[in-house]
Amino acid sequence: MGIKISRMYVPMAAAATLALALTACGGGTGGGGGGGAASENLDSRGPITYVQGKDNSDVIRPLVDKWNAAHPDEKVTFNEQSDKADQQHDDLVQRFQAKNGDYDVASVDVVWTAEFAAKGWLQPLKDKMAVDTTGFLPATVAAATYKDTLYAAPQTSDGGILYYRKDLVPTPPKTWDEMMGMCPIAKAKGIDCYAGQMAQYEGLTVNVAEAINTAGGTVVDKDGKATVDTADAKAGLNNLVQAYKDGNIPKQAVTYQEEQGRASFQDGKLMFLRNWPYVYNLAKTDGSSKVKDTFGIAPLPGKTGPGASSLGGHSLAVSVDSKHKATAKDFVAFMTSAETQKFYATQGSLAPVTESLYTDAALVEKLPYLPVLLTSIQNAVPRPVTPFYPAVTLAIQQNSFAAISGTKSVDQAMTDMQAAINAAGAK
Amino acid sequence: MSTQLEPGALPGRKTARKGGENKEVGADRKEKTQGRAAALLVAPTLIVLAIVILYPVLNAIYMSFQQDEGLDPVTGSFVAGGFAGFANYIHWLFQQCDTPAGAASCPPGTLGAQFWSATGVTFFFTAVTVFFETLLGFWMAVIMARTFRGRSVLRAAVLVPWAIPTAVTAKLWFFIFAFDGIANTLFNTEILWTGSQGPAQAAIIIADVWKTTPFMALLILAGLQMIPAEVYEAAKVDGASAWQRFRLITLPLVKPALMVAILFRVLDALRMYDLPAIMTGGANGTTTLSILVVNQIRVGFNSAAALSTITFLIIFIVAFIFVRFLGANAVESASGGAKGKIK
Repeated sequence: MGIKISRMYVPMAAAATLALALTACGGGTGGGGGGGAASENLDSRGPITYVQGKDNSDVIRPLVDKWNAAHPDEKVTFNEQSDKADQQHDDLVQRFQAKNGDYDVASVDVVWTAEFAAKGWLQPLKDKMAVDTTGFLPATVAAATYKDTLYAAPQTSDGGILYYRKDLVPTPPKTWDEMMGMCPIAKAKGIDCYAGQMAQYEGLTVNVAEAINTAGGTVVDKDGKATVDTADAKAGLNNLVQAYKDGNIPKQAVTYQEEQGRASFQDGKLMFLRNWPYVYNLAKTDGSSKVKDTFGIAPLPGKTGPGASSLGGHSLAVSVDSKHKATAKDFVAFMTSAETQKFYATQGSLAPVTESLYTDAALVEKLPYLPVLLTSIQNAVPRPVTPFYPAVTLAIQQNSFAAISGTKSVDQAMTDMQAAINAAGAK
Repeated sequence: MSTQLEPGALPGRKTARKGGENKEVGADRKEKTQGRAAALLVAPTLIVLAIVILYPVLNAIYMSFQQDEGLDPVTGSFVAGGFAGFANYIHWLFQQCDTPAGAASCPPGTLGAQFWSATGVTFFFTAVTVFFETLLGFWMAVIMARTFRGRSVLRAAVLVPWAIPTAVTAKLWFFIFAFDGIANTLFNTEILWTGSQGPAQAAIIIADVWKTTPFMALLILAGLQMIPAEVYEAAKVDGASAWQRFRLITLPLVKPALMVAILFRVLDALRMYDLPAIMTGGANGTTTLSILVVNQIRVGFNSAAALSTITFLIIFIVAFIFVRFLGANAVESASGGAKGKIK
């Protein structure tokens, strides 16, 4: 009997393990280029669906209500995703792949645009579908452009800024070397000098890309080929490696994501912090913040002038399988209009993409960091625009982390990064 | 996983026993109609299983032989890859990547370069966590099996870590192992727990052991309670020492339950995902096979299907070894023990 039972166990164990190992893999075999879909339904109007990640500060619903009141025959349904970028990405991939036009308009992270465009899922925004991007910050338009075609309309933007302690350094550093020269001040006070986001995750890509671009290098060229095996790019990474070795970047900084750095800065334990604009309000108003009145903001330090920030933010794309593209286009125009952008800024602290809004007196009063952020975004470089972004960011993270933590030389790290980025695009 | 295996395990055992009884009755028409009725009754289950397990599995295997979409350098669009043969499997097993210069070994920083290291990490985690969980679980079970005041409170308390969702556990330990977290403050150390390989692996092992030991303890406790008290009394009368009683009575009699518990845990640990994903994101030598699969899904489905199939085969082989060479014996004595009790 024992043997009989054990025979029952084998297929059962097999079925169970099989189910477990493979449940993660539910995707279908994707079909490439969009082909004819891009020229269909261009004049069609009707109800559409708009999708984006979690609407944390409740800006989307009022806008959708406003649109729906004015367009009773072209109502927009708002579909809210989770607040995790990875999950938003995977959700969009699944829907777009199904080609059923579930989502007409989608809010797309700047780093996904190239991938989705190359898959043929996004409607090129040209000819009948052209949207007006006059007055938009050039970097935001560049991030939404793939192979010289605009695939999404910039919606909100984001850039890195330097938070500093104005009680310790009255004038903020303009260059990286200047900032490193100020580190003895921090040391004398017994606090850490500089930190960004250097844990091995997407934030590290942002910081390393900034270091490379600031030093005059680039990560990939126009065709997506790696360009990190150059003297400039190496010099950029070397700045971070050297600062970490010297202790100007504290040793725990390799475990820092955005929040750990913010906590340390608000605690008064850090003199310079590279972070996003969201920190500003928290550092000003958080009960636990010890630097409420003693911190200032400046553009990221560069080689000679302001540094090259990585670009964040979202753009609005129209699905190539949308049934009502004329409505979708109008809705995109509505959602990226100057008036709407003001609403994003005042209601949700989301930075605008229209340059003139950064000097709008009412907005600046509400968001005092806008002028600094403008400099940051004016000098911003989009993260590598490549359809293989997930593989490219991994190549950057793993190799630069090895260099920073000292397990690899900068030269070796850049050689490996070059090869790894190119391997991603070679299939 | 355990929830999927457990309900299956019981009916499985029953059917086998019933089959034995039927044979004793002999092959006649009654058995035939009974067989048909049984087939009808089982059919809905089989159909559901075919839809939710068989179809995805077959589809994944089909996909694993397809090339991932490639980029047309002129148009910049993706085009379907076509039939790949064993290319995806070769890519993983031999860590060969296509580079502009042709096939070469995958450069560091690609997913392809991580297959064997991820396999090693997965087995390392499995061996170490299951070892500690068994040891500690046994110890906890022995304590819980005794009769004393507050035993039910203890049993409930022990279950708490197991009752907390893994994602929450992972986040808790993530904060504990932060640089200015509880672990460093408590021991007055400045260890970068998530910043380098050794500490990162240790952190995940500690979190996993904390979370899953109660599961082991409960399964072993169930085994301990199957042992009749008379056996111990008899041994005492014969003058066996406590150590002898443990070695010669407890251990052999609890072995069936123990083997099943270890089997569950090993299969579970081999597909560890949430703890490393949340605590380290797979950085610093904590990328397990499951993390590699999920990362690959974001890059190419077909290659991910091949990796899933390989992962399945690895887990299956381990499960097979357990059942065939270790578990079969355990199951036999388990049913023997059950029989003895019924009589």
